[in-house]
Amino acid sequence: MHEKSPHFSEMFGDGLVRTPYQSYDEWIATQEPERLARKSQEAEAFFRRTGITFNVYGQDDAEERLIPFDLVPRILSSTEWSKLSRGIEQRVRAINAFLHDIYNRQEILRAGVVPIKLIAENDAFLPQMMDFTPAGGVYTHIVGTDIVRTGEDDFFVLEDNARTPSGVSYMLENRETMLQMFPELFSKIKVQRVSDYPKDLRLSLEASATQSCDGRPCVVVLTPGIHNSAYYEHSFLADQMGVELVEGHDLRVVDGHIAMRTTRGYKVIDVIYRRVDDEFLDPLTFNPTSMLGVPGIMDVYRAGNVTIANAPGTGVADDKAIYSYMPDIIEFYTGEKAILKNVETFRCSEPDTLKYVLGNLKKLVVKEVHGSGGYGMLVGPAATKDECVDFAKKLAANPANYIAQPTLSLSTVPIFTEAGLAPRHVDLRPFALVSPGAVEIVPGGLTRVALQEGSLVVNSSQGGGTKDTWVLEG
Amino acid sequence: MLGKTAGGLYWMFRHLERTENTARLIEAGFRIALTRSNDPASEWKSVIVTSAAQAAYEAKHDGYDSSRVTDFLLRDTDNPSSVLSVIKSARDNARLVRTALTTEVWSAVNETWMLLADRLKHPVPETDLPDVLASIRHQSALVRGSLHGTMLRNDIYDFCRLGTFIERIDSTARIIDVKYFSLLPSPSFVGSRLDNVQWETILRSVSAHRSFRWAVDGGYNAPNIASFLILDRRMPRSLAYCAAQIVENLSYLSEDYGEKTKALETAENLLARLEGRDINAIFEEGLHEFLSAIMTVIGTINVQIEDTYRFNK
Repeated sequence: MHEKSPHFSEMFGDGLVRTPYQSYDEWIATQEPERLARKSQEAEAFFRRTGITFNVYGQDDAEERLIPFDLVPRILSSTEWSKLSRGIEQRVRAINAFLHDIYNRQEILRAGVVPIKLIAENDAFLPQMMDFTPAGGVYTHIVGTDIVRTGEDDFFVLEDNARTPSGVSYMLENRETMLQMFPELFSKIKVQRVSDYPKDLRLSLEASATQSCDGRPCVVVLTPGIHNSAYYEHSFLADQMGVELVEGHDLRVVDGHIAMRTTRGYKVIDVIYRRVDDEFLDPLTFNPTSMLGVPGIMDVYRAGNVTIANAPGTGVADDKAIYSYMPDIIEFYTGEKAILKNVETFRCSEPDTLKYVLGNLKKLVVKEVHGSGGYGMLVGPAATKDECVDFAKKLAANPANYIAQPTLSLSTVPIFTEAGLAPRHVDLRPFALVSPGAVEIVPGGLTRVALQEGSLVVNSSQGGGTKDTWVLEG
Repeated sequence: MLGKTAGGLYWMFRHLERTENTARLIEAGFRIALTRSNDPASEWKSVIVTSAAQAAYEAKHDGYDSSRVTDFLLRDTDNPSSVLSVIKSARDNARLVRTALTTEVWSAVNETWMLLADRLKHPVPETDLPDVLASIRHQSALVRGSLHGTMLRNDIYDFCRLGTFIERIDSTARIIDVKYFSLLPSPSFVGSRLDNVQWETILRSVSAHRSFRWAVDGGYNAPNIASFLILDRRMPRSLAYCAAQIVENLSYLSEDYGEKTKALETAENLLARLEGRDINAIFEEGLHEFLSAIMTVIGTINVQIEDTYRFNK
C-alpha cells in the first residue's frame, strides 16, 4: 500500500505516515479487519433503515440508492484548515460583492475585468434582480466550495456552488455514524465539532430576515417534494433546525407576505431556505408551468417582505465560464490576491483555445459551462477514442458551452476494502454560512471519494462515495 | 403544524391500518376456505367485496380463487388498496411528514416498507402465506408501539389516531355489512346451526373469534355477535369503541385549538347512535340501513376533518 504513486497520498505522503494521520494509523493497525468489515456493514444497514438515500434522476423511486460510506476518515490539520477557511471566506465575500455589483452598478463590467457577454448571455442572470439589494446585502447564504488537492500545499478550487449546494446532511450523518461506530477513536483523537451546523444555519438564516419582520423570524425549508433527489437532506435540515418543511402548494401570498397553510390558518413566513431552482420559484415570473414555486413570490421578495436564501440569480457567479475570472473578481473587490488557487481553465469560446482543446482532448477534462453533477463532461484520459470523437463534435458545434481543464493529479485517501486499505481519489466540499456581516465555515465538510480504482469522478450520481472529514483541534 | 403535514399523518395511519385490516381479511378468508367452505369462490368473493375492490378485481380476473385473490390483495399495484400499494403510500406519507415523526416511528415505517416490499416482490406461495400475513401484523404492531412509546401527546398524535380509527370503523362497518344478512335474527336459525360459517368469518376478520367467547356470556348467536361488533366498548375494533376514540381525539384537537369543530359535532352524533342502544332496536331500524347510515357519517367526518384542518389547498 505504500508503493510510489504519481498521486499525492494524504495519509502516507512519500512513504511516511503524514502527521495528521499518525494517531489514526496507530489505531487502525490494532484493528481486526473482520471487525471493521462488520462495522462497515452495520453502517450501511443504519443508513438504509434511517432512509439516508437519494433518488437517481430518470429512475423510478423504487430505486432509492445509498451513497456508499467509507469508514476511513479524511483528516486535515488545523493549520491546513485555517488556510482553507481563510481562502473560502475571501472567495465567498468576493462572490457576494460580485453579485451585488452585477445586479446594481455593474462596475466590474465597466472596468472590463469580466466581459459583458458572459453576463448578458448567461441564462442564470435574472433581470428581475436588477436594482434590488436583498436583506443585509447577502446573496449566497449557503455556499459549498469544491476543493481538490494535488500536493502538500496545493489546494485548488474546482467549483463555487453558489446556488443550492447539497451534501451537508452527509457531512453530519457521516460524523454521527463514526461516533457510533468508533467512540474510542474520538476520545483518542480530538476532532473539531461539526454538529452545531443546523443551529448555526438557523441563526444565520434568522439574521438575514428582512426589516418587515418583528419578533423571532419564521424560517422554513422549501423543497420540490419527496421525489427530489436530495429530499432526504431537505427533511433532515428542517428537522434538525426545528422548522417546517414546505412545498410550493403549502404557500401563498397573503396581504403582501408569504404565508404557509397550517392547521390553524395561514402563518406569515420571514425566511425561505429554498431548495428549488430559480426557474421554478415563481410561475408568474419564471417558468409558467412550474408547480413547485409560489405565484407572486418575486413581488413579495422585491417589496422586502421575505428573504429567499440563496437569492435568485446567484447562479451567475458559479458558472464555469465566470469561474475562470474568479482570481480577477477576488482582486477587484477585495484588493487581495486569491488565497486559494483556481484550476487553469481553457475557455472554448476563444477560437485559438478551442483549437488547442480539440487537439488535446486526451489530456483534458471538458465540462459544460452550466453543467453539474458530473453529467455532460468528458474525462479525456479515461475516455475511449469513440467518446472523444463524439464529444469533439458536440464541442465544435457549440464551443461557448464548454470549458476545459488539465487533468489534475487528485490526492488520494485510503478506503477500507476486503484486501486492506487502498488509495482512492477525493475532493472536499466545505460549507460556508453567510449572514449580514459574518461568514462562518464549519470545520470539515463533505469528502467525496471515487470508489473505482483510478477513477477521478467523485459524484454520487456517478458511483462516488463519502467519508467523514476531520479537522483536528489545533 | 402545516395542513399538509396533518393530512400526511392522517393518511399515513389510515394506510397502515388498512394494511393490517387487509391481512386479517385474507387470513380469515384463507382459513374459512380451507376448513369450512363448500364454496370457496364465494368466500373469496366476499373478501374482495369487503375490501371495496370488486370492480377493480373483476376488471382483471374472471373468477375467484385463493391465489388470484391473495395476489390481488397483497401485491397487485393496479389495486390501490393492495398491501404493497398501501404500504408504499404510507411510507411516502411518512417521508412527507418526516419532521413530525420521532426517529423511532419513522424507522419503523421505513423498515416495514423495506421488509414488505421485499417479501411481496414475488407471488407468495401458499406455504409462505401465514408467515407473510404474520409479518404484516408484526410490522403494524411495531409502528403502533413506537407511536405510543415515543410521540408527544399533541396534535400530531391526534391526527395519527384519527387516521387509525376512521379507517378502522369504516373497515368494521364494511365487514359487517357484507354479511349483514347472516346476522339477522331469523326463525330458521333459532336453536339450529350454532357454528354458522358466516359468523366465524366475521369474527375472524376482526380477530375477535376468541375474545367474543370470553367477553360475551350469552351464547353464540346473531344478536350477540352483532351487538359485540357494533355496540361493545370493550372491543377495540367495534363501531362504538372507534367512534368514542374519534370523539376523544377530535375533542383534544378542539381543546388545543380553542374551537369546537363541525367534525367533533358530527362524531358526537355518531357516538350517540351507538351508545346505550339495544341491538334489537337496530335490527328493527334495519341493520343494513343502519350500517349504510353509519358509513355515510364516517365519510362526512372524513371530509370535515380535511376541511377544518386544511389538509388540502
